[in-house]
Amino acid sequence: MLASGILNETGKSMLEVARAGAGAIVTKSLGIAERSGHPNPCIAEIECGLLNAMGLPNPGVKAYADDIKEAKAGGVPVFGSAIGGSPEEIAEVAVALSAAGVDAVELNLSCPHAKGYGVEIGSSPEKVREVCGGVKSMIDIPVFAKLTPNTSSIASLASAAEEGGADGIVAINTLKGMTICPELKMPVLSNRIGGLSGPAIRSVGVRCVFEIFEAVNIPVIGVGGISTARDALEYIMAGAQAVQIGTAIRSQGTAVFADVCVGLSDFMSENGYKSVSDMVGVAHVADT
Amino acid sequence: MPTHRILAITGQTDEAPDCRTVRLDGAMDAQPGQFVMVWVPGRDEFPMSVSYIGDNFGVTYRIVGNGTRSLSAMNPGDKIGIRGPYGRGFEITGRRMLAIAGGTGMASIAPLVEKAVESGVEVDLALGAKTAPELIMRGRCEEAGAKVHVSTDDGSAGMKGLATDIAAKVLDGGDFDSVCACGPERMTTGVLDLAQKRGLPLQASLERYMKCGIGVCDSCAIDGKHVCVDGPVFSREVLASLTDLGRTRLSISGRRVPLD
Ligand SMILES: Cc1cc2nc3c(=O)[nH]c(=O)nc-3n(C[C@H](O)[C@H](O)[C@H](O)COP(=O)(O)OP(=O)(O)OC[C@H]3O[C@@H](n4cnc5c(N)ncnc54)[C@H](O)[C@@H]3O)c2cc1C
Ligand SMILES: Cc1cc2nc3c(=O)[nH]c(=O)nc-3n(C[C@H](O)[C@H](O)[C@H](O)COP(=O)(O)O)c2cc1C
Ligand code: FES
Repeated sequence: MLASGILNETGKSMLEVARAGAGAIVTKSLGIAERSGHPNPCIAEIECGLLNAMGLPNPGVKAYADDIKEAKAGGVPVFGSAIGGSPEEIAEVAVALSAAGVDAVELNLSCPHAKGYGVEIGSSPEKVREVCGGVKSMIDIPVFAKLTPNTSSIASLASAAEEGGADGIVAINTLKGMTICPELKMPVLSNRIGGLSGPAIRSVGVRCVFEIFEAVNIPVIGVGGISTARDALEYIMAGAQAVQIGTAIRSQGTAVFADVCVGLSDFMSENGYKSVSDMVGVAHVADT
Repeated sequence: MPTHRILAITGQTDEAPDCRTVRLDGAMDAQPGQFVMVWVPGRDEFPMSVSYIGDNFGVTYRIVGNGTRSLSAMNPGDKIGIRGPYGRGFEITGRRMLAIAGGTGMASIAPLVEKAVESGVEVDLALGAKTAPELIMRGRCEEAGAKVHVSTDDGSAGMKGLATDIAAKVLDGGDFDSVCACGPERMTTGVLDLAQKRGLPLQASLERYMKCGIGVCDSCAIDGKHVCVDGPVFSREVLASLTDLGRTRLSISGRRVPLD
């Protein structure tokens, strides 16, 4: 799956990613109102990953409806990512996404760099439960909660989402980070703090999915630093039924989706697995 | 590897009333047409074509807003951040090239002209601007050995008309096998038309709002392609397939708006 925030500002870009072999597409995070995002620089290229503080730029969910239609022409499920400053606002976005024809909604409860959004709601289990419950009562399509690793217990956030009625969990969003330019004595990002993605966060993501898998009985989607089939296998064996890819597109292009799929089927035939579900969570058996 | 190279300004020169070139204390190995992201600390970061390649490299910018105004106020010794080079530049093909530049589009055309002449290509340059003082780097291209044809919108220098008008005239008078262009999008659509009608290979550079510069954020998307990695220089075939060309662009929020 394509992760939220990467190559999904426009319908045609999402269509290209679907054609390149992604099994599903997540839209960029959308709110009720248009947002410009943070000023440049909003990306820093660092070792083993990217630090971004895009600041959730989006045209507003209504203006994005045509892009969703264009993306759907790719023939794969489209997940609409929703953000909002309050549980009511998030529910309103989810309703608009559902009306625009998405197959599922992903609640972004985890953006680390936009004040009042995402993580500010998503780090309290009570709020997560309330938001999931509110959205579930308004729409009929599946609802996934995308959680933040910037917390002491991601498993309790996942349990709260399950209690609220979420149909699945997506983990993880970016880790809070900062990079400073010594020559200029200042942080590189205009927002100072950003979200770290890419290979640097993979082992954090795998650990989070592992913990979530033990805490809930709903499906988990793994994301964070995946660029090869082996990386995807780590997530799957930790308990993920599907995985998303974002940052790896920077170095591998959209070919990364087909490459990971081919690598997975090679691994499966070499090791006698008939389907991905035979591998989900198998790493847990080892420790009992 | 740190995100930006921090380089000191070695000097700034005026090219035109609102257009300057800044040279930096560092080298840049780039193809003509490639760009860098220029970080003016505490202000903004924006894309600029590399107008001087190699040692003591430089970019040439029109002062249009806060970021470029802040850059123009900086002095030798002041430091800015650079990342890149990014994107696909011009490929030098054929034996006789018509290069077409509109206004600040010369920033990427001038190094192209130099490199093409150096590699043995015969180069004509059609250079257009609104008024005579806005014709930049003309001497530089003449010195390189290109035959320069000039037009201005107001007729204050060269032929009165648009860059596309002078380009059409030059194309009719010679046997060209390659066309390269950089300028405002209205010029690019006109040049595309000229090249299509004559069946000539074309490479032209586009501009879109850029945030990441590295193909992840989608802000520079045009018909599913990305100006920062698939471009900024596109072939005639790709340009002709772009339904957004000359019509719409994405605003800073990602909303589709008419091209201004
Ligand atoms: C690949 C590429 C190469 C370019 N090369 C040159 C060049 O060689 N010389 C030159 O003068 N200009 C060039 N530009 C345009 C240049 O990036 C803008 O003029 C500059 O960003 C203006 O910044 P500002 O802060 O002064 O203006 P602002 O007040 O911020 O904006 C004025 C206008 O500049 C444009 N702009 C602002 N920020 C960006 C951005 N991040 N990305 C793209 N456009 C932006 C927008 O159209 C905006 O409406 C290039 C653009 C691209 C995409
Ligand atoms: C440039 C960029 C923008 C992002 N924007 C969003 C966003 O709008 N909503 C969201 O839920 N996650 C966003 N993310 C986080 C990714 O969806 C993903 O969770 C994270 O990057 C880890 O995966 P990766 O290492 O494969 O990129 C963004 C990440 C990047 C790099
Ligand atoms: S500027 Fe981000 S994809 Fe091109």
